[in-house]
Amino acid sequence: MNSLYILFNETYKILFLLIPVLVTVAMIVWLDRRVWALVQKRRGPNVVGPFGLLQSLADALKYIFKEIIIPASSNKVIFILAPIITMTLALVAWAVIPFSENLVLADINVGILYLFAVSSLGVYGIIMGGWASNSKYPFLGAIRSAAQMVSYEVSIGVIIINVLLCVGSLNLNDIVLAQKNMWFVLPLFPMFVIFFISALAETNRPPFDLPEAEAELVAGYQTEYSGMMYAMFWLGEYANILLMCAMGSILFLGGWLPPLDIETLKFVPAPIWLIFKILFLFILFALVKAIVPRYRYDQLMKLGWKIFLPFSLIWVVLTAGYLLYFNLLPVQT
Amino acid sequence: MKLARLLKTIFMIDFAAGLLIAVKEVFKSKKTINYPFEKGQVSPRARGEHALRRYPNGEERCIACKLCEAVCPAQAITIESSEREDGSRKTTRYDIDMLKCIYCGLCEESCPVDAIVQGPNFEFATETREELYYNKEKLLENGDRWENILASNIKADNPYR
Repeated sequence: MNSLYILFNETYKILFLLIPVLVTVAMIVWLDRRVWALVQKRRGPNVVGPFGLLQSLADALKYIFKEIIIPASSNKVIFILAPIITMTLALVAWAVIPFSENLVLADINVGILYLFAVSSLGVYGIIMGGWASNSKYPFLGAIRSAAQMVSYEVSIGVIIINVLLCVGSLNLNDIVLAQKNMWFVLPLFPMFVIFFISALAETNRPPFDLPEAEAELVAGYQTEYSGMMYAMFWLGEYANILLMCAMGSILFLGGWLPPLDIETLKFVPAPIWLIFKILFLFILFALVKAIVPRYRYDQLMKLGWKIFLPFSLIWVVLTAGYLLYFNLLPVQT
Repeated sequence: MKLARLLKTIFMIDFAAGLLIAVKEVFKSKKTINYPFEKGQVSPRARGEHALRRYPNGEERCIACKLCEAVCPAQAITIESSEREDGSRKTTRYDIDMLKCIYCGLCEESCPVDAIVQGPNFEFATETREELYYNKEKLLENGDRWENILASNIKADNPYR
């Protein structure tokens, strides 16, 4: 009886987190298209529902009623598994995101490590999808995607080390609380910029959307997918983008903390601040999509390995040296 | 020169300028129309949905000369005709396969009595294929519905023919 109670309690908590995240993902697709359209002086989706807010819902309905085509020469089990893995991994990571001091599903001590690990696993969904399609464009797209995501994860890892040096804990709530006096975006601004650009590459967003560069690869690893399976890739991708925005706001923009440590600003509930910061970062993502042309593959690799990685490594040394010299290293409690 | 460019790249000056322009563009007026609620202007020469016209007294214009059927490059038009009681030749069947039609406007150009015309309507999408096999009734109905616009369009275009 007791175990049943715990099961129900946990399921309730998970649904309480998951449903808002999924709704937000749908809204964010709309926001992305709308911002993109506004920059290009178009109108964007504005027919379904107020301001076109229900456009994603209509799209999802359309995808549900479409036929799922499984290519005859594909590896069927892996082909079906790939979008499921992509979406599951994108949603699983939300378990450790703190929305306020207590509002977190799993307050584990290695939160940032878990987040990093799960977002790195995301590449498997894409590789599996590309390989199981047994077709040239998805395969080439998957190879590109794997190379790109692996190389940019390295620099994201080093950037995370920068933040951890200043915090002294892997717990996400501790990371947020350490920014009470100053957000890390100020002392670590170059790292924030590199994190933002790496996040763009990590989530296959323009200007780094080489895996799905339509001029060269049709639609990359998604080429053979249709109907609900395509929609799951699409949802997983946007859930990943949202996750990267959440990660950025927790690491650099003070998570659920208000901008200033003033009583009046604490009036606004903590989750609202986090949502504002995530939205701010996402609008930046959308603006970048509208203004920047796509990178060439060799430029992408050069940027990742020859510029970002050495630069963030040097910055780790600088941060560590500075903290050590001025005796500011966080004390382990 | 080289140093200036290097600094520009490192501090992402061009990127920041681009971002600023993008934000500015957001608040400018839109260049597109709000389509289903707002329509663009259609030229009097637009080659849209077909229509068969009538004379003001209600008599069909078509004399079944079959010039349109002959000229149609897609062979979308099928005409059958017979003599009516009053001795005039009229169509008994006038079908256009709107799926075959390439909307080139040759039928309208070849018609000696301005019977078959292409109107300004381009919003006749249907849910089934069968609905786009137009017959004589459908075409005459189109003619009756669009007659005012069709007549004025033909008049406006007349000096250039």
